[in-house]
Parts: sequence; C-alpha cells; structure tokens
Amino acid sequence: MYNFDFTRPSSIKDAVAAIGAGGQALSGGQTLIPTMKARLAMPETLVSLTGIQEMKGICTNDAGQICIGAATTHAEVAREVAKSYPALSDLAGHIGDPAVRNRGTIGGSLANNDPSACYPSAVLGSGAIVKTNAREIAADDFFQGMFTTALEEGEIITEVKFPVPQKANYQKFVQPASRFALVGVFVAKFADGVRVAVTGASGEGVFRWTEAEAALSKDFSAAALDGVAAPSADGMISDLHGTGAYRAHLVKVMTARAVAAA
Amino acid sequence: MPKDSGIGAASKRREDLRFLTGGGRYTDDINLNGQTYVYFLRSDVAHGRIKSIDTAAASAMPGVVRIFTGADFEGVGTIPCGWQVTDREGNPMKEPAHPILAQGKVRHVGDPIAAVVAESLSAARDAAEAIEVDIEELPAVIDMKKALAAGAPKVHDDLADNLCYDWGFVEDNRAAVDEAIKKAAHVTTLELVNQRLAPNAMEPRVAVGDYNKGTDESTLYTTSQNPHVIRLLMGAFVLGIPEHKLRVIAPDVGGGFGSKIFHYAEEAFCTFAAKAIKRPVKWTSSRSEAFMSDAHGRDHVTKIELALDKDNNFTAIRTETYANMGAYLSTFAPSVPTWLHGTLMAGNYKTPLIYVNVKAVFTNTVPVDAYRGAGRPEATFQLERVIDKAARELGVDPVELRRQNFVTEFPYQTPVAVQYDTGDYNATMDKLMEMIDRKGFDARAAESKKRGKLRGLGINSYIEACGIAPSQLVGQLGARAGLYESATVRVNATGGLVVMTGSHSHGQGHETSFAQVVADMIGIPENMVEIVHGDTANTPMGMGTYGSRSLAVGGSAMVRATEKIIAKAKKIAAHLMEASEADIELKDGQFSVAGTDKSVAWGDVTLAAYVPHNYPLDEIEPGLEETAFYDPSNFTYPAGAYACEVEVDPDTGKVEIMAFAAADDFGNIVNPMIVDGQVHGGIGQGIGQALLEGVSYDENGQILSASYMDYAMPRADDLPFYKVDHSCQTPCTHNPLGVKGCGEAGAIGSPPAVVNAVVDALNRGGHAVTHIDMPLSPHRVWQAMQG
Repeated sequence: MYNFDFTRPSSIKDAVAAIGAGGQALSGGQTLIPTMKARLAMPETLVSLTGIQEMKGICTNDAGQICIGAATTHAEVAREVAKSYPALSDLAGHIGDPAVRNRGTIGGSLANNDPSACYPSAVLGSGAIVKTNAREIAADDFFQGMFTTALEEGEIITEVKFPVPQKANYQKFVQPASRFALVGVFVAKFADGVRVAVTGASGEGVFRWTEAEAALSKDFSAAALDGVAAPSADGMISDLHGTGAYRAHLVKVMTARAVAAA
Repeated sequence: MPKDSGIGAASKRREDLRFLTGGGRYTDDINLNGQTYVYFLRSDVAHGRIKSIDTAAASAMPGVVRIFTGADFEGVGTIPCGWQVTDREGNPMKEPAHPILAQGKVRHVGDPIAAVVAESLSAARDAAEAIEVDIEELPAVIDMKKALAAGAPKVHDDLADNLCYDWGFVEDNRAAVDEAIKKAAHVTTLELVNQRLAPNAMEPRVAVGDYNKGTDESTLYTTSQNPHVIRLLMGAFVLGIPEHKLRVIAPDVGGGFGSKIFHYAEEAFCTFAAKAIKRPVKWTSSRSEAFMSDAHGRDHVTKIELALDKDNNFTAIRTETYANMGAYLSTFAPSVPTWLHGTLMAGNYKTPLIYVNVKAVFTNTVPVDAYRGAGRPEATFQLERVIDKAARELGVDPVELRRQNFVTEFPYQTPVAVQYDTGDYNATMDKLMEMIDRKGFDARAAESKKRGKLRGLGINSYIEACGIAPSQLVGQLGARAGLYESATVRVNATGGLVVMTGSHSHGQGHETSFAQVVADMIGIPENMVEIVHGDTANTPMGMGTYGSRSLAVGGSAMVRATEKIIAKAKKIAAHLMEASEADIELKDGQFSVAGTDKSVAWGDVTLAAYVPHNYPLDEIEPGLEETAFYDPSNFTYPAGAYACEVEVDPDTGKVEIMAFAAADDFGNIVNPMIVDGQVHGGIGQGIGQALLEGVSYDENGQILSASYMDYAMPRADDLPFYKVDHSCQTPCTHNPLGVKGCGEAGAIGSPPAVVNAVVDALNRGGHAVTHIDMPLSPHRVWQAMQG
C-alpha cells in the first residue's frame, strides 16, 4: 500500500467538496482496500463516507419505498429489512462473510458495480432508484456495464429507494473460491409485472432477462419458464469456474428456483 | 476404561493454550535489533532472458540499504536437490542449477530477479518498483507433453531437452507385465490428472537471517519442518558455512504439509545478506507471493491399466505418469513420483506384476515437491479409481472385487520393492461397513431422488508407506541424506525431564504425545516431561517431520533414549537400596526390589544422579542424560478403508458430501484425540483436492488461480462431520512403539472415495460417466453430465 491522506467528512456537502478536490470515495473499502494493498490503486486522499449521518440508516417513505442510506452496511440491511423486504435482507445477509458485511456498504457496492456482486441484482430487480448528491437515477439507467455506472465524476450515491414487491427471492450460485455470485438471480413480482435481474453471468454486468420477465408476468410459476430458452451464452463470462454456456444454463436454473422460493 | 494419562490417553494438547491465546512465537514474531526487510522483485513472465537490470535509481531511494541481483551470487552455491533418481538406462537425472536469484534467465512467474533490503518493507517495495529490468520474453512450456515434444522451448538452455528423467520400475518386470496385459481376460484403462495444488499453510513462509561478527556465527530463523536439514543443505551446499558456525531455528510453525520441508532460496538469501550487510534481514511472504514461490504439490498426468483374469483376480498393473517438476528441482522433488509413488502401486492388493514408468518434466512453472502424502495419494488415486472402473465394467461389487484381491498374509513382499510387515485390510473394510450402513443406501438414494438429487457411494482402500526411512535402503535409491531420527533425554536433579528431539512439530501436537510416551515409560505425570524441538543449537541432529514419520522414527529414538535412562536409573536405585540391579522394577515412578517392600522414588534416584554422595561412582558416571539415534529397518504401512456418500444436484453439478467415514489401521495409538484430528485434517485436504482446489496456468505460464479469489480452499461448510475409527490395530512389527503414522492417511484415502461417489451418483442417474478430473467443481460435473 502506498501512503495516502485520509479524511472523514460529516456532511454530503463536505464529502462532495473533498472528492471534487481529487479525493477517492471510500465506503466500506471491501474492494478498494485490498486493491490498494496489492498496489493496484494509489489514491492520494481517501474520503470516507461512513461518518455522514444523513447517509446512514433505513426508513420507509410515504410511497412505501424502503430508503436505505448509501453508507449503511450489509449487516444493518440484513437485520433491518428482514420483515419489510425479506428477499433483500437475505441477499444482504449472504454477501461475503461477517467481516465484509460489517464494513461493506450498499452505496460502495453499487458505485463499484462488480459484475459478480449481489446488490446490483436487487437494485435492478426491484426497479429501485439510486439517489445521489445531484439527482435520482432509475436502476435501469444506473448500471452501464462491468464496473461502469451512470455516476458522473465526483458524484456520490446518498440513498437507494426500493419499491417493495409482492413477492421476491434471490438465488445465488456461488463461485467456489471467492463465493461471489457465479450466477445470481433476483426475481421480484410487482402488481404491474415481474422483474428478473441477473448478476455474475454477463461480461456486461447485471442485466434484466426480459424473456423470463414476459413469461413470468403472465404466469408467476417455475413451470412458466419451461418454454423459455436459457439466455444466449454469447457475452457471458467464461473463466476457470465455468464457461459462458454453463452460466447461461445456470441463469435459467436459478431463475426457476427463485420463482419457486418467492 | 480409557486411560487418563500416558500412552493411549486423549490428553489435551498442551501447546494449544499458547496457540489459541496469542502466545505462540512464530518466525514473524521475531524482530531483532537493527533488523532490515527484504522484498523480492519476482518475474511476472514465465520464461525470459534477462538483458539488463538497472538498480541505480532504486538504490538511491529512501531507506534502501542494498539491492542484490544474481550477479552478487556468482561463486555462491545453488539450491541443492536432496535426491538423485537414476533413469531406465542407468543414467542420473538431469539436475540444472537453481540460483538464489535468477542468473541469465527467469523460468517461472515468481522467480526472484532482485532483492531489495531496506529499513522497512514498504521502502523495499517502493524501491523494487524503481528497478528497471529488461527481459526478452521467450515462449513458455507449461503442458508436460508439449514440453517433451521435439523443438519445444527449453527451460534450461544447457540441457538437451526438458526431460529430467525417464524412470522404469521394476524395469526387469516390464516385458512380463506387457505379456500379462496382452493375455488378460479383461483390461481396464483409465487416463487421469492428479492436479497441481498450492499447499496454503496458514502461516506463510518467513525467514530472518542474523550474523554475529564477534563470533562469525550465522543464525537463520525460518518456517521449517526440519531445521537440521536446512542447516546442512544451506551450510554445506549453498553458503559454505560449517555447522558449528550456523544455527537454524524453526520456532512455532503454523502448518507445513510438506511445503516447509524444502530449502528455499529466500532462506539462503537472508542468511547470506545478513552477513553481507552485518544487519539482520527479514523476509515475510505475502499470500500472493506464496502462490508463486512455495513448492506446489501433485501435478501428475497418468494412464493406468489394470489386467484381470477370468475370475477377476488382478494379474498386472501398468502405469505411465508424466510428473511435473516445475522450473527447478526442489529438495525432494525427484523422489515423489518415483520412490514415494511407484513403490505404492501394489496398494492393498496381491497383484503379481507391476510396471511403473514415470517421465519427470521441466516446465515454466513453480517447482513441485512433496505435499501431504507425496506420491502416495497419486498412487492410491489412480489405483482405487481404476479398480472402481473395472468393477463397473465387469458388473461386480466394487467392495467384493477389492476384498477378493486383498493381501491377507504378512509379511507380504510386493513386486514393487517394499515389504508390508503387517496389516488386516478386511478388518478395516469390515469396520467401515459397520460405520456406513451400506444396506440402507438404496433407501437414502430413493429419498434423494424425491428431492431431485442423485446420490452416490464411493468406497476404497488405501495403503501408504510411512516412517521414512531405512537410511541404507534410501541411500541405494538415491537419497542424499540419512533418514534416522534422534532424541536426547535430559533428566533434571529433581526428576523432571527435557526431551530434545530432532523431529519438529508444526501443528501435530508432539509436545503432548511425545511427553505421553516418556511419562508412561517411567510412570510419572506428563507435566514432568517437556519436549524441545526446532533449534539446531539444543537438539541432536535429526531429519525433521514429514512423511508421517515423527512418532514411528522420532518416537522410537525417544523410547531408546528413555530406555537408556531407565537402565542407568535402575543401577542407581539398586545401589541406593543395596539390591541387585536385576531385581529392580520401575512402576508408577517408584523403583522397588522384587519380592520386598523396599522402594525409592524416581526423584530420589534423579537427585542421587546429580548429588552423587551415595553413588556407585566406580561403576557409572553421575548425571542422567542419554541420546539415541534410531534408524528404522523398514517403512511402516498404515492402511484402511474410506467411504464417501454424496448428493449431486443434476441441474447445477454441485456436489454435496452427505457422509464420510474412515476406518484406519495405524497400529498402536498414543493419543486418540490427536489421531482423530490428524485424520480430520487429512480428509479436509483430500476433499479439498477432490472438489475444490487446483492451480491453473494459462498457456503463457500466468497463474490463473493466484489468490483466494480463484483458488478454492475447503471451508467448514464444504465439509461434513466425519466418522473416524482406528480401533483396527495391527501394530508395526519393527519399531518399539508398534506405531505406524497417521498424518497423511486422510489426504491419501479420501480423494478416490469422493470421486468414486460422484461417478457412482452420475451413473445411478443414467449418465454413463467413467471419470471426471479433479477438482470436481460444479462446472466440471455438469459438463460431464452433458455427455
């Protein structure tokens, strides 16, 4: 690790200013710190976002959305939404290990947009809204490919607003070594239709499997997927843990299991 | 009633209190005055010619003490190999030089190019980044068969090709084996890979070199399983330091599994550099560094043929193995695929004819050497897999096929040199059958099927050769060391004992089990016996701990030394009680005269030895301290039967282990709890190999699995609760304790059980799969099911 300066502002305004001055946002550091330890990143200043009270905690707004402060840890989410949004709680409660869950935050995970991370599937699958210091971004617009998001330079996520579906479930098939999602599927059934978001599988990061959504919106049952072909293996990640064809196959298997368990 | 102390008691491990409460003293805990830190700049290409190394800018960086390159080691020895294998033609293996720092070429990713010694590790790393290295990248050879092809790039320019040796065993049997296979009623053939593993001891390697210019003595603190061997190899062959000027200390060591047997370049570097700069030099491996610098294990590609007659008796075995040596010969690398592998190809079976061919190959990869089991897992895996395949082809019960061919009369001379002294393979198989409820399997499989899962059962036997080794025998086989063990027993005036052993404990619990033996022999509490190991300055020359040898060989030396102590103590007791020495009995720490009520306590005798006022000084010397060296007359042969029951998810290929049972015959048992732990750990590693672990290289020699993000270690939730049993005991016939060794059994017996179970599950599910190469990841199992 190279030397760096560290600042921990207590307001969004100060954080934005510090990042605007060249600082690197740090929100849990479960990816950034190991990267720095491997000397693959050398920020001059780290701006910790975990001292900002207005970015922490969970509440429900008047629209019935669950609003999660971006600096809220996975462990807190797992605990706090266990009743209000069990599928989201379950997802958060199975990210990494206890150490990761007690340091990592939802905002940090989303801003990083690791193609194998769990949270992007919940956000996209729920049709959540990503709120930043400058604007609100719909999940469908937020994720723009592997490690790429709609965030502008210096823009930070402050909150994520989740509509609560009638039924939902997340199924993760883990990569045996890292236990990130080899394939993770988040299925959410709303009054106006079903959303299916897939993480881990695609080289483009999280995506919606629209063919499955169409079939499940008509008939929310695992059997409804029988006639739906697995997504194309083109563009799926292929590595020593599985080919693209295997991942494509798993997308269908995990989707059916998520529907059955929802 | 189980005993509560001494031999056979489940005494709690006394060392665990310090290990579990942060009281251990590991090499990285050692910090010396004026200490510097070294960072090794390692090659990021697998094969290349070093055109230039410019250290000028780096040398000027803050905190840099000195930068070393290969040029600083001209005239210094190279890392030696401890075993010379002779090929089929009678020629010695090829033995290329292994420099401490690369000279001329780099030969694997991780090969050290330069070493920066600085005031802090971070200063050393900063400076290492400023070293300018110009390397002309050369084509790399990774695949062994490609490495042997005509025109393949050569790992070592001064050798004719990449073949280290082509070994045949027993060469005189070759024609007879070929003939028997031709004539066989049935031949089962299996091609398989025993994949490369990274050892992953919890504690990464560390070395601290120190030099005392006042006495011209060098000291190396290192994470080693055998400090005396390191002292001999490094002192005599690399640095030219005589033993009396070189001390090697391996303090608490956090796991070895073989990877800390070998003498590594970093150890020689720290010792050399400390003398050069007259300051201590410390190196602590990072986990990433460990993946590219700790010797790897296994990496065999094998074809085995098993011939059977019309009655399903095994008539011949022929195997051909390509064994990866990596870029250089690690300390014991050549012996692993030969004498630790070929000699075990008989397994538990009375196959009359066996021929083993091994081609050892240099490639642009990390060196490969012994890893828990070392050669024996490779032998067991191919044999137990091919027997299972034969049973399936012949439509016979795999357990009955094994039983029919078991060796049942002992001693048994195998056709592959070794002679099994004792054993009872039906007994462990019977015990295993009691443990696993095989009859209930069909019902369990039906229940699994209801849940959409495929259930399978894998059963196999194993045998291994432990207690290495008879020195004269291994000398004939090419070992450049003796393989005896030593112990000094020092009795103090007030009766307590210190046992200084040449064995080394790095998790095995010697401090507990060794004390149990000595305390039992004298009849005193275990806490009166202290075990000292790991420091060449205060232990007799010993060969260290590996190959499940410590109790069988080191323990035997300790027994011999204690017997000498008891014999002398009896003389003293006889004198004190004015009786004949022949009438003296020792029981429960009391010496008594047979047939009388006269007795003296152990402590009275030990005090008399050191305060010899009333003492037979004309017959014996004062003091009570004895040393013994023990050289075994044979290997020991632990054996057993293992069973694994799995469920396979046909939709994903995921394997779940539902049950695992091990019935082992380790001969006599000193501490059953420690034996349980050793078996548990071994099975964990074996399941790790079967389902999870594997070092992958791409064709350019980059390691694809160079961190825990991609190298899958077994975790608690990957493993079942084990049923283990070691009540079948045929004591070893040739060592005084009747013990055989238990450290590697689990890692040897379990991989075939797991793979046999998965193949069984798939076949029961209608998939005609004959084999899947390890690790049986979900992806591989799923692919096998796709046909």
